[in-house]
Amino acid sequence: MTSPATRFPVALRLLHWLMAVCILAMLFIGVGMVSTVSEMRTWLIDLHKPLGILILCLAAIRLCIRLAYPAPALPADLPVLQRMATHLSHLLLYVLMFALPTIGWAMLSAGGYPVQLFGTFVLPPIAPIDGPLFTFLRQAHTVLAMTLFAIILAHLGAALFHAWVRRDGVWQAMTLGRGQLHVIQLASSGRRYGDRSGVAREAEEDRDPLCRGRNRR
Amino acid sequence: MTRLTLPVALRLLAIGGVLLVLSVVFAIAAGWLPPHRLGAATIVDALEAHDGRHPGFRRAHAKGLCIEGSFSSNGNGALLSKAGIFAKSDSPVIGRFSTGGGQPYAPDGRLAFRSLALSLTQADGEQWRMALDDTPIFPVATPQAFVDFQRATTPDPKTGKPDPALVHTYMAEHPETRTFVRWQQDTPLSTSFANETFYSINAFRFIDDTGKTWMVRWSFEPETPFEAIDKATLGARPANFLFDDVIARLARNPLRWHLIVTIAEPGDPTDDATTVWPANRNRVDVGTLVIDHALTEENGDCRNITFDPLILPSGIAPSDDPLLPARSGAYASSLARRDGEHGKPSALADDPEARRARP
Repeated sequence: MTSPATRFPVALRLLHWLMAVCILAMLFIGVGMVSTVSEMRTWLIDLHKPLGILILCLAAIRLCIRLAYPAPALPADLPVLQRMATHLSHLLLYVLMFALPTIGWAMLSAGGYPVQLFGTFVLPPIAPIDGPLFTFLRQAHTVLAMTLFAIILAHLGAALFHAWVRRDGVWQAMTLGRGQLHVIQLASSGRRYGDRSGVAREAEEDRDPLCRGRNRR
Repeated sequence: MTRLTLPVALRLLAIGGVLLVLSVVFAIAAGWLPPHRLGAATIVDALEAHDGRHPGFRRAHAKGLCIEGSFSSNGNGALLSKAGIFAKSDSPVIGRFSTGGGQPYAPDGRLAFRSLALSLTQADGEQWRMALDDTPIFPVATPQAFVDFQRATTPDPKTGKPDPALVHTYMAEHPETRTFVRWQQDTPLSTSFANETFYSINAFRFIDDTGKTWMVRWSFEPETPFEAIDKATLGARPANFLFDDVIARLARNPLRWHLIVTIAEPGDPTDDATTVWPANRNRVDVGTLVIDHALTEENGDCRNITFDPLILPSGIAPSDDPLLPARSGAYASSLARRDGEHGKPSALADDPEARRARP
């Protein structure tokens, strides 16, 4: 018997956390390297370029997996607005995972900078050398990077809200560790909650306005 | 199994705390919190304050001319660096002659930097860019000193001249700048870009086939014999005399320079562009630069790229000179600013002599 998936495929979960580390590192490296003219600048830029291309490749693999397998359903009681915000933010995250490295690559091309990754390995330009285009892409790269950081903050905040407040299995849909077995078992028996006893759980929900009305079916 | 249960308010607070910590670390990485960090924007701001903002133009070396040619390697450089440029071959070159300062219409008859910038492309597509000056030494050794020097010599809007007190204070603290100014005053100045020697300013590392590193500087020495200009007549020269001269010369014949690599010995400073190495250091002639063509910036390929000295092929690497990342960063910042502005054509565009440089 097959029940709807309650977790993302393991390959996608691995990619999610690997890319989370890469993308956060990338954002910190990016703002750091443009803030200084110390030798850190050179060092960080040499890291930023290959890491950006790596993220672009990982994003392509991830999108394929994401489209090939259905995503776990969101909790049925999730308010419509939160549901919409979830879908929109996920869409934006995917768009930006592709857009930022691509714009960075095009920006360097438009500025006449060789996209040297390591050693003698140089990527071909993907845009003509063009002054106004360079300025536009450089500004776009900055604005979109800040946007990505803001969406990541919102994404992390929402994920922790699911993990710590709602405790509805959404967090476990993307985690790697053990403990998910409970969720799967409970989910398949109509329960979505973790490892606490039903009595303690429901007693707590009565005090907890954010959980009210859930899980009473 | 029991789990610690906290009131919802505390759990929400914990989430807020996580996000706050992440944001603060981000702000620290970005240099938005004290202490102040010297960035490229500060350097370019200092240049703009010094010479005014001229939309569409480079913030330094604003007045220039695009050039084209080739570099013929004689194979000697392959002993010092594995860079493809040193294999016995010809590589295409684009470049730019320029005069120092941020004023695109400044007259050529000034005691200012004259520069040669080059972009050499190897057979495998890797590029070697450089921006060379006609002085073997630079007035400052660090990016902060560069900004301080610009600020101290920024003209006072009331008098049109730098505040003597600020200049005095700066000079008192910077003997290396005094050395440079003396050098500039005492050294004969050439009559033309064509008979000028141009220097790498900074030290770099050459890495050979075996992985051995050579600390080097380099210069382009002209085949055209040196001729000194009478510095007293500089102010009376036509505004574009240097550029007109080189355009006229190129219309007749190509111009040639030899790329001379100077090899440091242990103890020679590699992080201080204000000092020269002893004159007896080994020098290797590694090839000939041939410039055969000039184009005003509206028509050439030199305007929308930077001659970032950190665009280096594999086999050439930066030294520990702190000016190098600052040059790289400031050039990029200047490019991003000027490329977004709708600048006027260069000072040379309407110059009758320079019309010869049009395609």
